[in-house]
Amino acid sequence: MLVGALGSLLLLLLGADIPPMYLLAASLVVAAAGLAVGVAQVKPHFHARQAIERVIRWVLTGAAMISIFTTFGILFSIISEALRFFQMHSFWDFITGTTWNPGASFLAAAGRGDGSSAEFGSVPLFAGTFMITAIALLVAVPIGLLSAVYMSEYAPQRVRTIAKPVLEVLAGIPTVVYGFFAAITVAPIIVNIAGFFGLDASYNNAVAPGIVMGIMIIPFISSLSDDVINSVPDSMRQGSLALGMTKGETIRDVVIPAALPGIISAALLGMSRALGETMIVVMAAGMRPNLTANPLEDMTTVTVRIVASLTGDQEFESAETLSAFALGLVLFVVTLTLNLVSVLMIRRFREKYRVNNL
Amino acid sequence: MSHSFDEISQQLKRRHRKSARLKWASMGALGLAGLFLVLFFADMLSKGLPAFQQAYINTEVRYTEEASRDGRQAFDQDLIPLISRTVVRVIPLQLRNNPEMIGTSEQRWMLATSEVDQYLKGHRNRLSDEEKAEIDERVAAGQVDLRFNKTFFGSGDSKIAENAGILSAVVGTIMTMIVTLLISFPIGVMTAIYLEEFAPDNRFTQIIEININNLAAIPSILFGLLGLAIFINFFGVPRSSPLAGGMTLALMTLPVIIIATRTALRSVPDSIRHAAFGVGCSRWQVVRDHVLPLAMPGIMTGSIIGLAEAMGEAAPLIIVGMVAFIPDVGASFTQAATVMPAQIFTWSGEPEQAFVEKTAGGILVLLSVLISLNAFAVVLRKKFERRW
Amino acid sequence: MNSQAPVMNQQHTPDVAQPYTRNEQACHDLSIRVRDLNLWYGKSQALKGLNIDLFQKNVTALIGPSGCGKSTFLRCLNRMNDLIPSVHIEGLVEMDGQDVNAGKMDEVALRRRVGMVFQKPDPFPNSIYENIAYAPRMHDLVSRKADQDELVEKALRDAGLWNEVKDKLQEPGTSLSGGQQQRLCIARAIAVQPDVILMDEPTSALDPISTATIEDLMDKLKEQFTIVTVTHNMQQAARVADYTAFFHLGEIIEYNDTKVMFSTPAQKKTEDYISGRYG
Repeated sequence: MLVGALGSLLLLLLGADIPPMYLLAASLVVAAAGLAVGVAQVKPHFHARQAIERVIRWVLTGAAMISIFTTFGILFSIISEALRFFQMHSFWDFITGTTWNPGASFLAAAGRGDGSSAEFGSVPLFAGTFMITAIALLVAVPIGLLSAVYMSEYAPQRVRTIAKPVLEVLAGIPTVVYGFFAAITVAPIIVNIAGFFGLDASYNNAVAPGIVMGIMIIPFISSLSDDVINSVPDSMRQGSLALGMTKGETIRDVVIPAALPGIISAALLGMSRALGETMIVVMAAGMRPNLTANPLEDMTTVTVRIVASLTGDQEFESAETLSAFALGLVLFVVTLTLNLVSVLMIRRFREKYRVNNL
Repeated sequence: MSHSFDEISQQLKRRHRKSARLKWASMGALGLAGLFLVLFFADMLSKGLPAFQQAYINTEVRYTEEASRDGRQAFDQDLIPLISRTVVRVIPLQLRNNPEMIGTSEQRWMLATSEVDQYLKGHRNRLSDEEKAEIDERVAAGQVDLRFNKTFFGSGDSKIAENAGILSAVVGTIMTMIVTLLISFPIGVMTAIYLEEFAPDNRFTQIIEININNLAAIPSILFGLLGLAIFINFFGVPRSSPLAGGMTLALMTLPVIIIATRTALRSVPDSIRHAAFGVGCSRWQVVRDHVLPLAMPGIMTGSIIGLAEAMGEAAPLIIVGMVAFIPDVGASFTQAATVMPAQIFTWSGEPEQAFVEKTAGGILVLLSVLISLNAFAVVLRKKFERRW
Repeated sequence: MNSQAPVMNQQHTPDVAQPYTRNEQACHDLSIRVRDLNLWYGKSQALKGLNIDLFQKNVTALIGPSGCGKSTFLRCLNRMNDLIPSVHIEGLVEMDGQDVNAGKMDEVALRRRVGMVFQKPDPFPNSIYENIAYAPRMHDLVSRKADQDELVEKALRDAGLWNEVKDKLQEPGTSLSGGQQQRLCIARAIAVQPDVILMDEPTSALDPISTATIEDLMDKLKEQFTIVTVTHNMQQAARVADYTAFFHLGEIIEYNDTKVMFSTPAQKKTEDYISGRYG
């Protein structure tokens, strides 16, 4: 069965347009073949054994290649569609334009109207994305870091063994659930609080999804920070305590600076997670591209627009649909960069303190 | 030059207070995170638990000729606005299947409209004052009551709020997860075996490793774009189908399973491999007969956690079209289906108040499944935990 | 610092705590007085009824086979054992007329006066300058920048490191060699002007040349500070210490003038250890 599933996927990658029924049938055939190989190897002759060993090695290598195919698949699918988009609309306008108004594009696709009146300036989308991400980090970094400090420096073992998995639960809650929570529970609270201070807040304000997203990424930050703080050598703490420093001073001035590369790395990972987060913003943030610095207004994000332009009834070829891939491309590049920087920082930390468990 | 203890202690008072502040702040942060969790679950429970009950009206149903054409005719005139519109089709259908019932009548608990349901639960509703008075009267007479909501667990989606259920989404989730697991488990385990047991330490291996770590951090929505562009548009996998969704999620789950399997394989001590090599096993035999069985609990745990993660995922599935309106329970891997998170998303977009409760109810179902899966994974790990 | 003769204790004869032979060149002002000190890690007793008077402006070496409790004892003197939750301590450690284990004693204040240098040098994750300036600034020992510069320079000079680092004070402390890092840690400790400096095998991670430098340094530093050092290297004890205490299985077997101990030890066990019969 292992081989079967692999076979079906390989077939998928090789042959285009095979109806799925045949695919399933094909995978069954390959599965049978795999079973035959399996049976054959139960009592291998000595010289057959090497052949089997070679086949196995190739099958395993093939499996490992799938992950590479996936990355290239993502890159290829996004880039090729994005390029088609940029043939219709200039890259420069996409990057610097401050109006996102794809409304007219479907008319053009339907053969009516003038497609050029559609505008795809992504600045308001990125502004919204970064606003919500910033709010999320403002919530998650202090809470996550301080929780990590408590767990690694203060908490008794018993509290630690309970608190860590409980925090992880926050990361395990599906984002669609967070989205509902943000839209139904948190947003009205924000509107009420804003109203109390005489401010006018939209029900699709950026604060509610930002806060809820922040809650979601707390464990990303606390978990990695906790690991990093734990791997700061104890001798460094003792060195500080032996100079007559209080525990708080030791943590603030010695432990946290020593763990800083790892903490930054955790924050970057959290940031990358927040930038790419979709459901919370789709459900709780606005749909209207809005370039504003006021988090109480509704604003939309890159991921919201991707979903919006792909769930409508447009032709796949329309500029609006393709714009989703252009946005996806930027998202891919930004999150990939953040992840790589994060990996480099954690590697630097690891080399500095020669810890291997991170 | 030297200071006495008293002098030093004096200066230290301020610093100790500061130090204590950090301790309280850090404890507060953890408490705050815990408080979020508690509030969140309390909120979901308070919103979602009522969905498991539904208003029913106990009344006489007259199976007349008229009723076999329009189900509403089976009831008293003043009850019609209060009884779910589903009877329009349900009662004629029932009579067509059992013609001998025509002309009889019986006392039955009938599904009420969601407005009645919301009124009984004290939520916003659109009932008139007379209707409310009518219901209050019947409640007092024991003719209107909240009863266990069979519909919610027993049927698929519906535009009629009181008739909407989670079953088609549950079935869709199961089918999607079967596809996901069938693809990601074998490939993930094989990749991990390759990397841990077979791969030479060269550039190619390093590229694969970096790649896997990156895949784990790519936003899930981008996997949806891949599924749309490659699986659906290029290979022609039917849109909205469990096959398309499952394949997309499989690629997302892959890194989780690979990483978990590698950890499990690495925890098997080399002495076991050396011993097996020593009795003449080939590399594959060593892995198959000695290493894999020992690593299996760890692999299972990781796979279950990966599966739970995929089960809660909505964004990529929306992109591949799994937000379709699915009233009937799916039967095939290639027909349009929906999954629990997508159903939750769809319901959350419905304007009717009754759907808020449905959404939260769906969330409770999803969370219970996820919690059970994770608990199972933890138990599995505890049970087979081994110290070498 | 004037208490001369050890106070008589009903349970213990003073000669238990006093060196067996007096080193006439040494200073005999009392620094730390230890009486009937017992320490347990959980249920196992690591220190058994220790009595010792440690004198000011001396180097006192603690020697003994590994696991004999010498490091544990050292860490009792500035309550570093507080960091280990399972540790339980009974008995008296007295400094400046105060019981350091008493409830009202602030362990941070104690450590401010009893500094410590560890086996593995671990500079703080910032510059050489900051490594030294940090603690005095926190202790309000300096207020002006100029005072701080002066203090950093003095500490580095006292630690014999100034000439090597004066041009790169802003470089990270970790950029120094192992021996330099250890001297940086010593400079860091003396910058807070403690009374006592505890050294826990300060040279065991270093090369012979760095070791010699640090031994010279100890000899110089004892003019200002009381130094208690743990060493597993008997030659080092013989070279630097005025007094030496020999630990075995959690007890002090012999406390003696270093020269006397290494030539004519009073105890059979000491002689066995020194002559290399075990250890």
